[in-house]
Amino acid sequence: MDSKVPLLSRRTFLTSAAILVTTTASVVHGRTFHQGMPWAPGAADPPAQVRPGPWAFFTSDEAATMEAIVDRLIPPDDGGPGGKDAGCAVFIDRQLAGPYGRSDGLYTLPPFMPGSSTQGYQNPDSPGGRYRAGLKALADHIRQSQSGKTLRELSTVDQDKLLSTLEDGSIKLKDIDAKAFFAMLLQDTQQGFFADPIYGGNRDMAGWKLVGFPGARYDYRDWVERHNERYPLPPVSIMGRTDWVSKG
Amino acid sequence: MARKLPSKNVVVIGLGWTGSILSYHLAKAGLDVVAIERGPWRDTATNFPPAYAQDELRYAVRLDLFLRPAQETLTFRNKADQIALPIRNFAGFLPGNGVGGAGIHWNGQTWRFLPTDFRLRSHLTERYGANILPDDMTIQDWPVSYDELEPYYDRFEKLCGTSGKAGNLKGVKQDGGNPFEGWRSAEYPTPPLKQGLGATLFAEAARKLGHSPFPQPASNLSEAYTNPLGIRMGQCSYCGFCERFGCGNYSKASPQTCVLPALLRVPNFTAQTESEVLKINLDSTGKRATGVTYVDTSGKEWEQPADIVLLCAFALFNVQLMLISGIGKPYDPVSGQGVVGRNYAYQTTSSVSVILKDKVLNPFIATGAHGMIIDDYNGDNFDHTNLGFVGGGYMGAGQTNGRPIQTRPVPKGTPKWGAAWKKATAETYQHAYSLSTHGSSYSYRDCWLDLDPTYKDRLGRPLMRMTFDFHENELKMSAFLTERLAEIAKAMNPTEMQAHPRKGPYDSTIYQTTHNTGGTVMGDDPQTSVLNRYGQSWDVHNLFVPGGASVFPQNHGYNPTNTVGALAFWTADAITQRYLKNPGPLM
Amino acid sequence: MYRSLTFAVTSFAFIACAHAQGATQDFSCIERGHYLTTLSDCAGCHTTAGGKPFAGGVALQTPFGTLIAPNITPDTDTGIGNWSDDEFVSALQDGRGRNGTRLYPAMPYTAYTKMSRDDILAIRAYLNTVTPVHNRVNANQLPFPFNIRLAMMVWNWLNFTPGRFVADPHQSAEWNRGAYLVQGPGHCGACHTPKTALGGDKTGAPLTGATLQGWFAPNITANKHNGIGRWSKDDLVHYLKTGANNDTLASGPMAEAVTHSTSQMKDADVAAIATYLLGTGQGGTDRPTPIAADNPTMKVGAEIYKDACAPCHQDNGQGSAQLFPRLAGTAVVQSDDPTTLGRVVLEGSRAVATNSAPTAPAMPAFDWRLDNDQVAAVLTYIRNSWGNAAPAVSAATVAKQRTSLAQSR
Repeated sequence: MDSKVPLLSRRTFLTSAAILVTTTASVVHGRTFHQGMPWAPGAADPPAQVRPGPWAFFTSDEAATMEAIVDRLIPPDDGGPGGKDAGCAVFIDRQLAGPYGRSDGLYTLPPFMPGSSTQGYQNPDSPGGRYRAGLKALADHIRQSQSGKTLRELSTVDQDKLLSTLEDGSIKLKDIDAKAFFAMLLQDTQQGFFADPIYGGNRDMAGWKLVGFPGARYDYRDWVERHNERYPLPPVSIMGRTDWVSKG
Repeated sequence: MARKLPSKNVVVIGLGWTGSILSYHLAKAGLDVVAIERGPWRDTATNFPPAYAQDELRYAVRLDLFLRPAQETLTFRNKADQIALPIRNFAGFLPGNGVGGAGIHWNGQTWRFLPTDFRLRSHLTERYGANILPDDMTIQDWPVSYDELEPYYDRFEKLCGTSGKAGNLKGVKQDGGNPFEGWRSAEYPTPPLKQGLGATLFAEAARKLGHSPFPQPASNLSEAYTNPLGIRMGQCSYCGFCERFGCGNYSKASPQTCVLPALLRVPNFTAQTESEVLKINLDSTGKRATGVTYVDTSGKEWEQPADIVLLCAFALFNVQLMLISGIGKPYDPVSGQGVVGRNYAYQTTSSVSVILKDKVLNPFIATGAHGMIIDDYNGDNFDHTNLGFVGGGYMGAGQTNGRPIQTRPVPKGTPKWGAAWKKATAETYQHAYSLSTHGSSYSYRDCWLDLDPTYKDRLGRPLMRMTFDFHENELKMSAFLTERLAEIAKAMNPTEMQAHPRKGPYDSTIYQTTHNTGGTVMGDDPQTSVLNRYGQSWDVHNLFVPGGASVFPQNHGYNPTNTVGALAFWTADAITQRYLKNPGPLM
Repeated sequence: MYRSLTFAVTSFAFIACAHAQGATQDFSCIERGHYLTTLSDCAGCHTTAGGKPFAGGVALQTPFGTLIAPNITPDTDTGIGNWSDDEFVSALQDGRGRNGTRLYPAMPYTAYTKMSRDDILAIRAYLNTVTPVHNRVNANQLPFPFNIRLAMMVWNWLNFTPGRFVADPHQSAEWNRGAYLVQGPGHCGACHTPKTALGGDKTGAPLTGATLQGWFAPNITANKHNGIGRWSKDDLVHYLKTGANNDTLASGPMAEAVTHSTSQMKDADVAAIATYLLGTGQGGTDRPTPIAADNPTMKVGAEIYKDACAPCHQDNGQGSAQLFPRLAGTAVVQSDDPTTLGRVVLEGSRAVATNSAPTAPAMPAFDWRLDNDQVAAVLTYIRNSWGNAAPAVSAATVAKQRTSLAQSR
């Protein structure tokens, strides 16, 4: 996601570039608003669309592992594509390469002390660092316990078994909390499956179609009181849908 | 060394609901007003148009409109014997940021407190005897009565265009409204919203059990409306993107849709954004504020002198600025002495989820404050004799959205991933509904706010420290409310149902609500309050805290915004009609 | 009859300002001049946003190049402090500046020529009271050959008919007052009358709509198709007074005209303008045959409209009064020229704010979301739905506009 702290859109920033209230003293940096609602032509702050292309965060080995994992967390079936074809690994890759992966905007000052679970995450590692370490520890664990194999070389049954042991914390990974790592994998994969396709996952709105969520629609006035009727229109993403393109 | 700016009549800290209301009224009264806001300017068409406003990942998960912990956060612990640790990523509650503040991302639930809530301690003691209150419960009466505040509730509802149905017009009960509410001088500005199937089924079940369901008062408008400032609002389109989102079609009340267009036309008003107030400055006597010092985006410090200082930040940060500025005596839970930071309270929520296999619920057709509610178990609307607790809450069906990253229930026992999870998710989404209770959180001696001894913010100021946990009274209340709700849920004939009463300890990592209250409490006695009945500091007469939820002596079973807005108008009147004529302590 | 009408038209002029310089102390004359300055929207061009009043500096984009509005404060060096009354009157009535230099018709002397000497001298009297500002403006930034002022002699010969307003004895006093305001000080035609290749008014088609500065100023005759003929007098009065009515909201250059001029006009004058515009026949084009709903472009446009536009403008194109302009049956939507429509979809627009309608809602920019084909499709759809009819918009037109808008920001 192309968000910034503080939020200033590229174009808003360019058009109203700073800032300035001139005083007898000097210039205040911040923005001053006076006499009228501000507006600039073309001002908008949409997220940048994720494009297909090389991995931005994962190495090719990590990516292959991730694609196998997301396809077990959300397996392909009659209901639609699995996590891999829905782009969940691409989603996570781009998120880790962005503000989320770096813990941008979070409070990251020391000291770091262990606390109770009600006090939340208390660790200096960002999601990017946790993935890097977690995937390495997982690969090492598999190599050692499965005679040199990688995760994607395991059968889907064995992959599922492995993921279950991560989930319940019954295996120990070096320097990493297996249970917490699994929780993060699952959370991010499901986010990728249900987030707007603009972020690289939920390809062809597969996640939304699975449950019947109409996506980035904004007007259901005519449908509030149509009880017990399935809403008929297909989902829309921020960047539209196929019917927005002429077939001619 | 801060450089000094030309003096203003009024400096307003924070440009959310209270800041914008106060700025408008004081600027209209001819005062030269500057509002200083640490976040950015926000505008409907530019910042949350209905083109990318409906982005669950960005706004609901990555919390784009909220305060970044890197900018300011607080430390938290449940008990005084723990070490408080920083909230590194907001989760349990979500402070807003930027112009509009929490008024941008709220749901629009627009409740009044009950008349008895305003004299809580007196009322409970009179009805049940003093023994019904636990020893460490520090609830107290408000310094204003419901009757005094009623016209101001009315003003805030008219500002917002609130949609609803009166249950008590000037003392006369009205069919279809809330029979327990305090008297209203006027009907709601706009009629109730339409209801979806989930709320309709709940209302039928509640009626069957003898309750009196009514539409939730909502500032997501049922029809277009022009408010008293001449500002036009649109009709809600039930898009299901209210809480955590800005409204893209001008239909949810906010400073943006209700105040700013008129405020920005007043020539003697200026907003200064992306500028953070470091402290309130006092003169050598410590009895008078001389203005504020703030830091701009380049790190330069500025002194803004002013005749009147209005502290209009989010409740928690009102308390922090008072503590950092050394105004009022900090609360000490050991001695029970001191006032700033005292009586921090929250909200006690719970839920009952149902699956109705044969119903199509379209959960995404929603708005932040639609739904059908019963108020039979709020406040002291029911007999607490032998229940073992005081307090209560409203309950009902008002599911606010069907956004699938965060809202996709599955039957009990479903695996968390894999083929079975996928199948259950697909099968359940259209048929699941969440009912909820929204209960009071009374104040206690060991729940308070003070400055953290270890952790600092990016500017080197101590973070505020929150010490809070649920008490037995609240957990018992939640169990009772949740049981009542489950009875109604059962009458909806669900395929499956799960009750989730609130359990301790309070967990800062699970979102419950952003109704953080208390810390700069208003009262009649300077020994137990920071502000007098007009929101004026007992210690510094030209400092007011106009109605942020930090002024609540305890939190009641309703969402706070309507009371916050009413108190903002109340303090605005006190300043223009009393203080300006004779600047000095109003009490 | 004729006499009394003339009196009616100028009855506003209780106090003659026969000699502005002698009358500068005359309060009534100055007040009248102040109001006429508002009616004539002098500030619209001669005051920059946030700048000193009438000190000049607004850049006017014309098809021939950029002109900068001069300083008209009484500064003797860089303003008009040294001008004689006759020179001032001549500038407005004849397009001749000091020493006879020819003005460019961006200065609407082609309209002001209708104004009486008395009214013009009242304006002068008022301008004499504003703070003199030393601000030298290089007005002429036109490229060759348009930078040769003498060329305006030829232009005037072709395009300019000097002469005062003459009332129509067959019309009411109110209609005539409206005609005077529209044709003279209000200079509505400067934007709303189509122009010849040389930039002169197409005199045969007054007020039937024109493109300027990247906007299309729509037909403001009583044409019921793409003019304002569906509006009641009340609708039009409301629009001019507040910038909004139940159909639409003013934005772009009209927002400025509302802010500086029409919102400050007296009720009787706004009513007179409405009476004149709605009572002077229909100009412009007839309703064409609408494009069929099953046209492939229309179908794509319908999908985009439903998903992206209906949250505000509603499925039926009715919009919401004072907030979201109605698209069904309105002038700008059905104008032959889609410049304004394309512009507001691509880069958005903020409606005007006035004291009685302060909301100033804004249309968000959609250039990042819709490509040229999609903008063309949705515009074609709204121009041919709910009873609307107008030519299709091509992707090439949108592409061109996208480029020019991007360059102008």
